[in-house]
Amino acid sequence: MLKIFSPTAILGYGFPEKTYYNALSEKPDIIAVDAGSTDPGPYYLGKGISFVDRNATKRDLYYLIKMALKFDIPILVGSSGGCGTKSSLDWTFDIVKEILGTENIKAKVAKIYSDIDKEIVRKAILGDKIKELDGSSKLTVEDLKNVNNIVAQIGISPFIEAYKKGVNIILAGRSYDPAPFSAIPIYKGYPKGLSYHLGKILECGAIAAEPGSGRDGLMGLIFEDRFEVYPLNEDRKCTVISVAAHTLYEKSDPYHLIGPDGVIDLTKSVFIQKDERTVSVMGSEFIESKDKWIKIEGAKYLGIRGVCIAGIRDPIMISQIDEILEKQKILLRENFKDLNKYEIFFHVYGKNGVMGSWEKEKNLSHELCIVIEVIGENQDHVKTILGFLRSSLLHYGYKNRISTAGNLAFPFSPSEVIWGEVFEFKIYHLIKLEDYEFPIEVVEV
Amino acid sequence: MRHKLIDLAKVIRTKNSGPFILTIDIIFKDSYVYKRLKEIDYFSKVWWAQVYGINLDDVISVIYFDPVSAVKANIKRRVPSGSPGDTDVYGAQQHAPLLEVEIDV
Repeated sequence: MLKIFSPTAILGYGFPEKTYYNALSEKPDIIAVDAGSTDPGPYYLGKGISFVDRNATKRDLYYLIKMALKFDIPILVGSSGGCGTKSSLDWTFDIVKEILGTENIKAKVAKIYSDIDKEIVRKAILGDKIKELDGSSKLTVEDLKNVNNIVAQIGISPFIEAYKKGVNIILAGRSYDPAPFSAIPIYKGYPKGLSYHLGKILECGAIAAEPGSGRDGLMGLIFEDRFEVYPLNEDRKCTVISVAAHTLYEKSDPYHLIGPDGVIDLTKSVFIQKDERTVSVMGSEFIESKDKWIKIEGAKYLGIRGVCIAGIRDPIMISQIDEILEKQKILLRENFKDLNKYEIFFHVYGKNGVMGSWEKEKNLSHELCIVIEVIGENQDHVKTILGFLRSSLLHYGYKNRISTAGNLAFPFSPSEVIWGEVFEFKIYHLIKLEDYEFPIEVVEV
Repeated sequence: MRHKLIDLAKVIRTKNSGPFILTIDIIFKDSYVYKRLKEIDYFSKVWWAQVYGINLDDVISVIYFDPVSAVKANIKRRVPSGSPGDTDVYGAQQHAPLLEVEIDV
Protein backbone atom coordinates (compact mmCIF):
# COMPACT_ATOMS: atom_id res chain seq x y z
CA MET A 1 0.00 0.00 0.00
CA LEU A 2 1.14 3.53 -0.73
CA LYS A 3 -0.18 6.60 1.03
CA ILE A 4 -0.33 9.82 -0.99
CA PHE A 5 -0.99 13.21 0.60
CA SER A 6 -2.60 15.89 -1.53
CA PRO A 7 -2.56 19.07 0.59
CA THR A 8 -4.62 21.47 -1.55
CA ALA A 9 -6.28 21.97 -4.94
CA ILE A 10 -3.59 24.34 -6.21
CA LEU A 11 -0.22 24.95 -4.59
CA GLY A 12 -0.64 28.31 -2.84
CA TYR A 13 -4.40 28.00 -2.26
CA GLY A 14 -3.52 26.90 1.31
CA PHE A 15 -4.70 24.24 3.75
CA PRO A 16 -5.76 24.34 7.42
CA GLU A 17 -3.02 23.58 9.94
CA LYS A 18 -5.03 20.69 11.38
CA THR A 19 -5.03 19.02 7.96
CA TYR A 20 -1.26 19.31 7.93
CA TYR A 21 -0.81 17.87 11.43
CA ASN A 22 -3.27 15.05 10.76
CA ALA A 23 -1.33 14.17 7.61
CA LEU A 24 1.91 14.38 9.57
CA SER A 25 0.64 11.90 12.16
CA GLU A 26 -0.28 9.47 9.39
CA LYS A 27 3.17 9.54 7.80
CA PRO A 28 2.41 9.50 4.07
CA ASP A 29 4.76 7.92 1.50
CA ILE A 30 4.39 10.65 -1.11
CA ILE A 31 3.39 14.32 -1.13
CA ALA A 32 2.05 15.46 -4.47
CA VAL A 33 0.42 18.71 -5.48
CA ASP A 34 -0.87 20.32 -8.65
CA ALA A 35 0.00 23.98 -9.14
CA GLY A 36 -1.58 24.61 -12.51
CA SER A 37 -4.69 25.41 -14.45
CA THR A 38 -5.74 27.13 -17.66
CA ASP A 39 -8.84 28.44 -15.88
CA PRO A 40 -7.44 31.88 -15.02
CA GLY A 41 -7.20 32.51 -18.75
CA PRO A 42 -4.45 33.00 -21.33
CA TYR A 43 -2.67 35.97 -19.72
CA TYR A 44 -0.51 33.99 -17.28
CA LEU A 45 0.74 31.56 -19.90
CA GLY A 46 1.38 34.43 -22.32
CA LYS A 47 3.45 36.23 -19.69
CA GLY A 48 4.96 33.04 -18.21
CA ILE A 49 3.97 34.03 -14.67
CA SER A 50 2.04 32.49 -11.79
CA PHE A 51 -1.61 33.28 -11.09
CA VAL A 52 -0.99 32.42 -7.43
CA ASP A 53 0.77 34.84 -5.10
CA ARG A 54 4.41 34.20 -4.20
CA ASN A 55 3.91 34.47 -0.42
CA ALA A 56 0.97 32.06 -0.58
CA THR A 57 3.02 29.54 -2.56
CA LYS A 58 5.90 29.88 -0.14
CA ARG A 59 3.61 29.33 2.86
CA ASP A 60 2.36 26.00 1.44
CA LEU A 61 5.80 24.83 0.28
CA TYR A 62 7.33 25.62 3.67
CA TYR A 63 5.00 23.12 5.40
CA LEU A 64 5.35 20.48 2.70
CA ILE A 65 9.14 20.63 2.56
CA LYS A 66 9.33 20.26 6.35
CA MET A 67 7.12 17.17 6.24
CA ALA A 68 9.00 15.63 3.30
CA LEU A 69 12.43 16.03 4.86
CA LYS A 70 11.23 14.81 8.26
CA PHE A 71 10.04 11.50 6.78
CA ASP A 72 12.47 11.44 3.86
CA ILE A 73 9.59 11.19 1.37
CA PRO A 74 9.40 12.87 -2.04
CA ILE A 75 7.36 15.95 -3.01
CA LEU A 76 6.16 16.11 -6.58
CA VAL A 77 4.81 19.39 -7.97
CA GLY A 78 2.95 19.39 -11.28
CA SER A 79 2.57 22.52 -13.47
CA SER A 80 4.92 24.55 -11.27
CA GLY A 81 4.05 28.23 -11.14
CA GLY A 82 0.60 27.68 -12.65
CA CYS A 83 1.22 27.88 -16.38
CA GLY A 84 4.24 25.56 -16.16
CA THR A 85 6.68 27.53 -18.32
CA LYS A 86 10.43 27.58 -17.62
CA SER A 87 10.05 31.03 -16.05
CA SER A 88 7.28 29.91 -13.70
CA LEU A 89 9.14 26.70 -12.80
CA ASP A 90 12.28 28.72 -11.99
CA TRP A 91 10.10 31.07 -9.91
CA THR A 92 8.94 28.05 -7.87
CA PHE A 93 12.51 26.76 -7.59
CA ASP A 94 13.58 30.13 -6.28
CA ILE A 95 10.97 29.87 -3.51
CA VAL A 96 12.18 26.33 -2.66
CA LYS A 97 15.78 27.59 -2.47
CA GLU A 98 14.72 30.40 -0.19
CA ILE A 99 12.95 27.99 2.21
CA LEU A 100 15.87 25.54 2.25
CA GLY A 101 18.30 28.40 2.85
CA THR A 102 16.32 29.89 5.75
CA GLU A 103 15.83 26.50 7.37
CA ASN A 104 19.44 25.64 6.71
CA ILE A 105 18.61 22.25 5.21
CA LYS A 106 19.95 20.50 2.14
CA ALA A 107 17.88 18.82 -0.53
CA LYS A 108 18.18 17.39 -4.02
CA VAL A 109 15.77 19.04 -6.42
CA ALA A 110 14.85 17.87 -9.92
CA LYS A 111 13.46 20.35 -12.44
CA ILE A 112 11.57 18.95 -15.42
CA TYR A 113 11.18 21.54 -18.15
CA SER A 114 8.24 21.05 -20.45
CA ASP A 115 8.61 24.07 -22.75
CA ILE A 116 8.51 23.21 -26.43
CA ASP A 117 10.64 25.13 -28.87
CA LYS A 118 8.63 27.06 -31.45
CA GLU A 119 10.71 25.50 -34.22
CA ILE A 120 9.51 22.02 -33.22
CA VAL A 121 5.91 23.20 -33.45
CA ARG A 122 6.56 24.90 -36.80
CA LYS A 123 7.98 21.66 -38.23
CA ALA A 124 5.06 19.69 -36.80
CA ILE A 125 2.59 22.05 -38.51
CA LEU A 126 4.39 21.63 -41.83
CA GLY A 127 4.69 17.86 -41.31
CA ASP A 128 1.00 17.49 -40.42
CA LYS A 129 1.80 16.27 -36.93
CA ILE A 130 -0.53 18.68 -35.16
CA LYS A 131 -4.23 18.23 -34.60
CA GLU A 132 -6.97 20.36 -33.08
CA LEU A 133 -8.30 19.55 -29.63
CA ASP A 134 -11.60 20.25 -27.85
CA GLY A 135 -12.76 23.11 -30.03
CA SER A 136 -9.44 24.74 -30.93
CA SER A 137 -9.00 25.99 -34.49
CA LYS A 138 -6.50 24.94 -37.13
CA LEU A 139 -2.97 26.09 -36.35
CA THR A 140 -0.83 27.83 -38.95
CA VAL A 141 2.84 28.84 -38.99
CA GLU A 142 1.64 32.46 -39.07
CA ASP A 143 -0.16 31.92 -35.72
CA LEU A 144 3.16 31.19 -34.01
CA LYS A 145 4.45 34.71 -34.61
CA ASN A 146 3.11 36.34 -31.45
CA VAL A 147 3.19 33.28 -29.20
CA ASN A 148 5.87 33.59 -26.52
CA ASN A 149 5.59 30.43 -24.47
CA ILE A 150 4.59 26.98 -25.61
CA VAL A 151 4.32 24.23 -23.01
CA ALA A 152 3.56 20.53 -23.31
CA GLN A 153 1.53 18.61 -20.76
CA ILE A 154 3.90 15.89 -19.60
CA GLY A 155 2.69 12.48 -18.46
CA ILE A 156 4.13 10.19 -15.79
CA SER A 157 7.39 9.19 -17.55
CA PRO A 158 9.49 12.30 -16.80
CA PHE A 159 8.32 12.18 -13.14
CA ILE A 160 9.48 8.55 -12.90
CA GLU A 161 12.84 9.40 -14.53
CA ALA A 162 13.34 12.22 -12.02
CA TYR A 163 12.27 10.01 -9.11
CA LYS A 164 14.83 7.37 -10.10
CA LYS A 165 17.55 9.97 -9.62
CA GLY A 166 16.86 9.86 -5.88
CA VAL A 167 15.70 13.45 -5.40
CA ASN A 168 13.72 14.98 -2.52
CA ILE A 169 11.72 17.47 -4.55
CA ILE A 170 10.47 17.24 -8.13
CA LEU A 171 9.34 20.47 -9.76
CA ALA A 172 7.78 19.87 -13.15
CA GLY A 173 6.67 22.26 -15.84
CA ARG A 174 3.18 21.95 -17.32
CA SER A 175 1.90 18.50 -16.38
CA TYR A 176 -1.17 16.35 -16.89
CA ASP A 177 -2.97 17.03 -13.60
CA PRO A 178 -2.94 13.42 -12.21
CA ALA A 179 0.71 12.75 -13.25
CA PRO A 180 2.55 13.80 -10.05
CA PHE A 181 0.12 11.68 -7.98
CA SER A 182 0.11 8.62 -10.24
CA ALA A 183 3.77 8.40 -11.34
CA ILE A 184 5.32 6.68 -8.31
CA PRO A 185 2.42 4.23 -7.73
CA ILE A 186 2.61 3.17 -11.38
CA TYR A 187 6.41 2.92 -11.21
CA LYS A 188 6.04 0.66 -8.17
CA GLY A 189 3.67 -1.61 -10.07
CA TYR A 190 0.21 -0.55 -8.88
CA PRO A 191 -2.53 -0.84 -11.51
CA LYS A 192 -2.53 2.07 -13.93
CA GLY A 193 -6.31 2.55 -14.04
CA LEU A 194 -6.55 2.86 -10.27
CA SER A 195 -3.40 4.99 -10.00
CA TYR A 196 -4.58 7.49 -12.61
CA HIS A 197 -8.12 7.63 -11.28
CA LEU A 198 -6.81 8.26 -7.77
CA GLY A 199 -4.54 10.99 -9.18
CA LYS A 200 -7.50 12.54 -10.95
CA ILE A 201 -9.36 12.82 -7.63
CA LEU A 202 -6.38 13.93 -5.52
CA GLU A 203 -5.27 16.68 -7.90
CA CYS A 204 -8.19 18.87 -6.79
CA GLY A 205 -7.50 18.48 -3.06
CA ALA A 206 -10.65 18.40 -0.97
CA ILE A 207 -12.95 19.45 -3.83
CA ALA A 208 -14.01 15.76 -3.98
CA ALA A 209 -15.05 15.86 -0.30
CA GLU A 210 -18.26 17.12 1.34
CA PRO A 211 -18.33 20.00 1.95
CA GLY A 212 -15.88 20.53 -0.87
CA SER A 213 -12.97 22.93 -0.64
CA GLY A 214 -10.09 24.03 -2.82
CA ARG A 215 -8.21 25.06 0.30
CA ASP A 216 -7.88 21.68 1.95
CA GLY A 217 -6.45 18.24 1.28
CA LEU A 218 -7.16 14.54 0.91
CA MET A 219 -5.26 11.37 1.65
CA GLY A 220 -5.22 8.63 -0.98
CA LEU A 221 -4.29 5.01 -0.34
CA ILE A 222 -3.53 2.75 -3.26
CA PHE A 223 -3.75 -1.05 -3.04
CA GLU A 224 -3.45 -3.83 -5.65
CA ASP A 225 -7.21 -4.03 -6.18
CA ARG A 226 -8.61 -0.68 -5.06
CA PHE A 227 -7.90 2.79 -3.80
CA GLU A 228 -9.33 4.70 -0.87
CA VAL A 229 -9.70 8.43 -0.31
CA TYR A 230 -10.60 10.39 2.78
CA PRO A 231 -10.21 13.97 3.99
CA LEU A 232 -7.73 14.82 6.72
CA ASN A 233 -9.97 17.50 8.14
CA GLU A 234 -12.64 16.03 10.49
CA ASP A 235 -15.13 18.66 9.29
CA ARG A 236 -15.34 16.94 5.89
CA LYS A 237 -16.08 13.49 4.58
CA CYS A 238 -15.75 11.66 1.28
CA THR A 239 -19.02 10.15 0.10
CA VAL A 240 -19.75 7.97 -2.90
CA ILE A 241 -21.60 10.91 -4.39
CA SER A 242 -18.87 13.48 -3.70
CA VAL A 243 -16.14 11.24 -5.15
CA ALA A 244 -18.12 9.98 -8.14
CA ALA A 245 -19.42 13.49 -8.88
CA HIS A 246 -15.87 14.76 -8.99
CA THR A 247 -15.20 13.08 -12.33
CA LEU A 248 -17.94 15.27 -13.78
CA TYR A 249 -16.23 18.45 -12.69
CA GLU A 250 -14.51 20.43 -15.47
CA LYS A 251 -14.50 17.37 -17.73
CA SER A 252 -16.37 16.82 -20.97
CA ASP A 253 -16.82 13.06 -20.53
CA PRO A 254 -16.96 11.62 -16.99
CA TYR A 255 -16.42 8.03 -18.18
CA HIS A 256 -13.34 8.56 -20.36
CA LEU A 257 -10.60 10.91 -19.18
CA ILE A 258 -8.02 11.44 -21.87
CA GLY A 259 -4.39 12.12 -21.01
CA PRO A 260 -0.94 12.00 -22.60
CA ASP A 261 -0.41 8.27 -22.00
CA GLY A 262 -3.92 7.02 -22.71
CA VAL A 263 -7.49 7.05 -21.44
CA ILE A 264 -8.74 6.47 -17.89
CA ASP A 265 -11.85 4.35 -18.39
CA LEU A 266 -14.36 4.64 -15.56
CA THR A 267 -17.21 2.68 -17.14
CA LYS A 268 -16.58 -0.23 -14.76
CA SER A 269 -15.66 1.82 -11.67
CA VAL A 270 -17.45 0.86 -8.48
CA PHE A 271 -17.64 3.34 -5.60
CA ILE A 272 -18.19 1.95 -2.07
CA GLN A 273 -18.66 3.83 1.20
CA LYS A 274 -15.99 2.12 3.34
CA ASP A 275 -16.68 4.06 6.51
CA GLU A 276 -18.29 7.36 7.35
CA ARG A 277 -15.50 9.42 5.78
CA THR A 278 -13.75 7.04 3.37
CA VAL A 279 -14.67 5.96 -0.14
CA SER A 280 -13.17 2.89 -1.76
CA VAL A 281 -12.99 2.61 -5.56
CA MET A 282 -12.46 -0.49 -7.72
CA GLY A 283 -12.65 -1.38 -11.38
CA SER A 284 -11.15 1.76 -12.98
CA GLU A 285 -9.16 0.80 -16.07
CA PHE A 286 -6.56 2.39 -18.27
CA ILE A 287 -6.36 2.10 -22.02
CA GLU A 288 -2.82 2.80 -23.19
CA SER A 289 -2.67 4.87 -26.36
CA LYS A 290 -0.60 3.47 -29.21
CA ASP A 291 0.42 6.81 -30.66
CA LYS A 292 1.80 9.32 -28.23
CA TRP A 293 0.07 12.60 -28.95
CA ILE A 294 0.91 15.27 -26.40
CA LYS A 295 -1.16 18.31 -25.56
CA ILE A 296 0.54 21.67 -26.06
CA GLU A 297 -0.64 25.10 -24.96
CA GLY A 298 0.31 28.57 -26.07
CA ALA A 299 -1.15 32.05 -25.79
CA LYS A 300 -0.89 34.67 -28.51
CA TYR A 301 -0.23 38.34 -27.76
CA LEU A 302 -2.95 40.66 -29.11
CA GLY A 303 -2.33 44.12 -27.71
CA ILE A 304 -2.92 46.34 -24.69
CA ARG A 305 -6.15 46.60 -22.70
CA GLY A 306 -7.51 49.67 -20.95
CA VAL A 307 -10.63 49.78 -18.80
CA CYS A 308 -12.97 52.46 -17.45
CA ILE A 309 -15.63 51.64 -14.87
CA ALA A 310 -18.73 53.81 -14.40
CA GLY A 311 -22.23 53.59 -12.95
CA ILE A 312 -25.51 54.89 -14.39
CA ARG A 313 -28.60 55.57 -12.24
CA ASP A 314 -30.69 57.72 -14.57
CA PRO A 315 -33.77 55.77 -15.80
CA ILE A 316 -34.14 57.91 -18.92
CA MET A 317 -30.57 57.11 -19.95
CA ILE A 318 -30.86 53.44 -18.95
CA SER A 319 -33.90 53.00 -21.20
CA GLN A 320 -31.80 54.04 -24.23
CA ILE A 321 -28.52 52.49 -23.19
CA ASP A 322 -27.81 50.37 -26.30
CA GLU A 323 -28.18 53.18 -28.82
CA ILE A 324 -26.27 55.63 -26.59
CA LEU A 325 -23.28 53.27 -26.37
CA GLU A 326 -23.30 52.50 -30.11
CA LYS A 327 -23.36 56.23 -30.84
CA GLN A 328 -20.09 56.70 -28.92
CA LYS A 329 -18.28 54.39 -31.35
CA ILE A 330 -19.47 56.53 -34.27
CA LEU A 331 -18.36 59.73 -32.54
CA LEU A 332 -14.96 58.16 -31.86
CA ARG A 333 -14.47 57.26 -35.53
CA GLU A 334 -15.37 60.81 -36.55
CA ASN A 335 -12.91 62.29 -34.07
CA PHE A 336 -9.91 60.04 -34.78
CA LYS A 337 -10.01 59.10 -38.45
CA ASP A 338 -6.48 57.64 -38.42
CA LEU A 339 -7.05 55.24 -35.55
CA ASN A 340 -8.47 51.97 -36.77
CA LYS A 341 -6.78 49.04 -35.10
CA TYR A 342 -8.75 48.69 -31.92
CA GLU A 343 -11.63 46.81 -30.38
CA ILE A 344 -14.23 48.26 -28.00
CA PHE A 345 -16.44 46.26 -25.66
CA PHE A 346 -19.12 47.77 -23.45
CA HIS A 347 -19.79 45.31 -20.63
CA VAL A 348 -23.16 46.41 -19.28
CA TYR A 349 -23.78 44.91 -15.85
CA GLY A 350 -27.44 45.09 -14.87
CA LYS A 351 -28.31 44.18 -18.46
CA ASN A 352 -26.19 41.33 -19.86
CA GLY A 353 -22.68 41.83 -18.48
CA VAL A 354 -22.31 38.18 -17.45
CA MET A 355 -24.02 36.29 -20.27
CA GLY A 356 -23.80 38.64 -23.26
CA SER A 357 -25.97 37.47 -26.16
CA TRP A 358 -27.00 34.36 -24.17
CA GLU A 359 -28.91 36.51 -21.66
CA LYS A 360 -32.67 35.93 -21.76
CA GLU A 361 -33.73 38.36 -19.03
CA LYS A 362 -35.14 41.44 -20.75
CA ASN A 363 -35.66 43.65 -17.67
CA LEU A 364 -32.91 46.11 -16.91
CA SER A 365 -31.73 46.82 -13.39
CA HIS A 366 -32.47 50.23 -11.80
CA GLU A 367 -28.74 50.94 -12.03
CA LEU A 368 -26.14 49.79 -14.51
CA CYS A 369 -22.41 49.34 -14.29
CA ILE A 370 -20.62 49.97 -17.55
CA VAL A 371 -17.15 48.57 -18.01
CA ILE A 372 -15.67 50.19 -21.08
CA GLU A 373 -12.94 47.95 -22.45
CA VAL A 374 -10.56 49.02 -25.19
CA ILE A 375 -7.94 46.78 -26.76
CA GLY A 376 -5.44 48.56 -28.97
CA GLU A 377 -1.99 48.32 -30.49
CA ASN A 378 -0.21 50.27 -27.78
CA GLN A 379 -0.80 52.11 -24.54
CA ASP A 380 -0.90 55.49 -26.22
CA HIS A 381 -3.74 54.56 -28.56
CA VAL A 382 -5.68 52.83 -25.80
CA LYS A 383 -5.46 55.92 -23.57
CA THR A 384 -6.63 58.15 -26.39
CA ILE A 385 -9.62 55.98 -27.23
CA LEU A 386 -10.60 55.30 -23.64
CA GLY A 387 -10.26 58.97 -22.69
CA PHE A 388 -12.47 59.99 -25.60
CA LEU A 389 -15.16 57.40 -24.80
CA ARG A 390 -15.20 58.43 -21.16
CA SER A 391 -15.63 62.15 -21.80
CA SER A 392 -17.98 61.67 -24.73
CA LEU A 393 -20.29 59.37 -22.78
CA LEU A 394 -20.11 61.58 -19.68
CA HIS A 395 -21.49 64.61 -21.51
CA TYR A 396 -23.53 63.02 -24.30
CA GLY A 397 -26.90 64.71 -24.89
CA TYR A 398 -29.26 61.77 -25.33
CA LYS A 399 -32.98 62.13 -26.00
CA ASN A 400 -35.17 63.62 -23.20
CA ARG A 401 -32.15 64.21 -20.99
CA ILE A 402 -32.91 66.22 -17.85
CA SER A 403 -29.76 65.48 -15.86
CA THR A 404 -27.45 67.78 -17.76
CA ALA A 405 -24.39 67.87 -15.49
CA GLY A 406 -22.98 64.44 -16.31
CA ASN A 407 -24.12 60.94 -17.25
CA LEU A 408 -21.68 58.73 -15.36
CA ALA A 409 -20.91 57.99 -11.71
CA PHE A 410 -17.24 57.05 -11.49
CA PRO A 411 -16.33 55.08 -8.38
CA PHE A 412 -12.62 55.85 -8.74
CA SER A 413 -10.18 58.56 -9.65
CA PRO A 414 -8.45 57.96 -11.98
CA SER A 415 -11.47 56.56 -13.75
CA GLU A 416 -9.42 54.71 -16.35
CA VAL A 417 -6.71 52.15 -15.94
CA ILE A 418 -4.29 50.47 -18.31
CA TRP A 419 -4.95 46.85 -17.45
CA GLY A 420 -1.99 45.36 -19.28
CA GLU A 421 -1.28 42.96 -22.10
CA VAL A 422 -3.99 40.91 -23.78
CA PHE A 423 -3.50 37.33 -24.92
CA GLU A 424 -5.72 34.62 -26.36
CA PHE A 425 -5.39 30.84 -26.24
CA LYS A 426 -4.13 30.04 -29.72
CA ILE A 427 -2.36 26.73 -29.21
CA TYR A 428 -4.45 24.06 -27.54
CA HIS A 429 -3.54 21.16 -29.75
CA LEU A 430 -2.08 17.69 -29.84
CA ILE A 431 1.42 17.24 -31.22
CA LYS A 432 3.17 14.03 -32.18
CA LEU A 433 6.63 14.13 -30.69
CA GLU A 434 8.88 11.26 -31.79
CA ASP A 435 11.76 10.31 -29.47
CA TYR A 436 11.44 13.50 -27.51
CA GLU A 437 12.73 13.66 -23.97
CA PHE A 438 11.87 16.45 -21.58
CA PRO A 439 15.08 17.77 -19.99
CA ILE A 440 15.56 16.96 -16.30
CA GLU A 441 18.01 19.06 -14.31
CA VAL A 442 19.08 17.87 -10.85
CA VAL A 443 20.39 20.48 -8.43
CA GLU A 444 21.67 20.06 -4.88
CA VAL A 445 20.57 23.00 -2.79
CA MET B 1 -46.51 16.93 -13.81
CA ARG B 2 -44.63 20.15 -14.39
CA HIS B 3 -41.74 20.94 -12.08
CA LYS B 4 -39.15 23.64 -11.97
CA LEU B 5 -35.76 22.11 -12.72
CA ILE B 6 -34.36 23.98 -9.73
CA ASP B 7 -36.66 21.93 -7.46
CA LEU B 8 -35.53 18.59 -8.93
CA ALA B 9 -31.79 19.28 -8.97
CA LYS B 10 -29.31 19.68 -6.15
CA VAL B 11 -26.53 20.97 -8.37
CA ILE B 12 -26.81 23.11 -11.50
CA ARG B 13 -23.44 24.46 -12.61
CA THR B 14 -21.26 25.47 -15.52
CA LYS B 15 -17.49 25.53 -15.88
CA ASN B 16 -14.80 25.58 -18.54
CA SER B 17 -13.65 22.28 -19.91
CA GLY B 18 -10.60 23.73 -21.60
CA PRO B 19 -10.66 27.26 -23.11
CA PHE B 20 -13.22 26.55 -25.85
CA ILE B 21 -15.88 24.38 -24.24
CA LEU B 22 -18.39 25.09 -21.51
CA THR B 23 -19.48 22.01 -19.59
CA ILE B 24 -22.85 22.07 -17.82
CA ASP B 25 -23.86 19.65 -15.04
CA ILE B 26 -27.28 18.96 -13.58
CA ILE B 27 -27.17 16.56 -10.61
CA PHE B 28 -30.61 15.33 -9.58
CA LYS B 29 -31.85 14.87 -6.02
CA ASP B 30 -33.81 11.73 -6.86
CA SER B 31 -32.36 8.87 -8.92
CA TYR B 32 -35.87 7.72 -9.93
CA VAL B 33 -36.66 11.10 -11.48
CA TYR B 34 -33.26 11.06 -13.19
CA LYS B 35 -33.83 7.60 -14.65
CA ARG B 36 -37.25 8.52 -16.04
CA LEU B 37 -35.82 11.59 -17.75
CA LYS B 38 -32.82 9.65 -19.06
CA GLU B 39 -35.08 6.91 -20.50
CA ILE B 40 -36.85 9.38 -22.75
CA ASP B 41 -33.62 11.35 -23.43
CA TYR B 42 -35.34 14.46 -22.13
CA PHE B 43 -32.09 16.44 -22.26
CA SER B 44 -31.48 16.02 -25.97
CA LYS B 45 -29.15 18.26 -27.94
CA VAL B 46 -32.24 20.07 -29.26
CA TRP B 47 -33.37 20.77 -25.67
CA TRP B 48 -30.01 22.34 -24.77
CA ALA B 49 -29.93 24.41 -27.96
CA GLN B 50 -33.36 25.80 -27.09
CA VAL B 51 -32.54 26.58 -23.46
CA TYR B 52 -29.41 28.50 -24.41
CA GLY B 53 -30.74 29.88 -27.70
CA ILE B 54 -27.76 28.50 -29.63
CA ASN B 55 -27.29 26.51 -32.83
CA LEU B 56 -27.72 22.76 -32.57
CA ASP B 57 -24.17 22.33 -33.92
CA ASP B 58 -22.82 24.19 -30.90
CA VAL B 59 -24.11 21.49 -28.56
CA ILE B 60 -21.14 19.15 -28.75
CA SER B 61 -22.33 16.27 -26.61
CA VAL B 62 -24.79 15.21 -23.89
CA ILE B 63 -23.77 12.49 -21.44
CA TYR B 64 -25.83 10.85 -18.71
CA PHE B 65 -23.81 9.80 -15.66
CA ASP B 66 -25.66 7.20 -13.58
CA PRO B 67 -23.33 6.97 -10.54
CA VAL B 68 -24.56 10.36 -9.33
CA SER B 69 -27.80 10.75 -11.34
CA ALA B 70 -26.41 13.54 -13.46
CA VAL B 71 -26.64 14.82 -16.98
CA LYS B 72 -23.82 16.78 -18.58
CA ALA B 73 -23.86 18.88 -21.73
CA ASN B 74 -20.84 20.32 -23.49
CA ILE B 75 -21.44 23.42 -25.52
CA LYS B 76 -19.21 25.72 -27.51
CA ARG B 77 -18.29 28.87 -25.60
CA ARG B 78 -19.54 32.15 -27.13
CA VAL B 79 -15.96 33.42 -26.96
CA PRO B 80 -12.88 31.39 -25.87
CA SER B 81 -11.90 31.87 -22.24
CA GLY B 82 -10.15 35.20 -21.77
CA SER B 83 -10.26 36.19 -25.45
CA PRO B 84 -11.51 39.69 -26.37
CA GLY B 85 -15.25 39.88 -25.77
CA ASP B 86 -15.37 37.13 -23.15
CA THR B 87 -17.47 37.89 -20.09
CA ASP B 88 -16.76 34.88 -17.87
CA VAL B 89 -13.16 33.59 -17.89
CA TYR B 90 -13.88 30.53 -15.72
CA GLY B 91 -17.30 29.95 -17.30
CA ALA B 92 -18.73 29.53 -13.84
CA GLN B 93 -21.80 31.83 -14.11
CA GLN B 94 -23.56 30.61 -17.25
CA HIS B 95 -26.16 28.42 -15.54
CA ALA B 96 -28.97 30.98 -15.02
CA PRO B 97 -31.11 29.98 -18.06
CA LEU B 98 -31.51 26.52 -16.47
CA LEU B 99 -32.96 27.98 -13.28
CA GLU B 100 -36.03 29.23 -15.15
CA VAL B 101 -36.75 25.97 -16.93
CA GLU B 102 -39.82 23.85 -16.18
CA ILE B 103 -39.90 20.20 -17.17
CA ASP B 104 -42.53 17.46 -17.35
CA VAL B 105 -41.84 14.42 -15.23
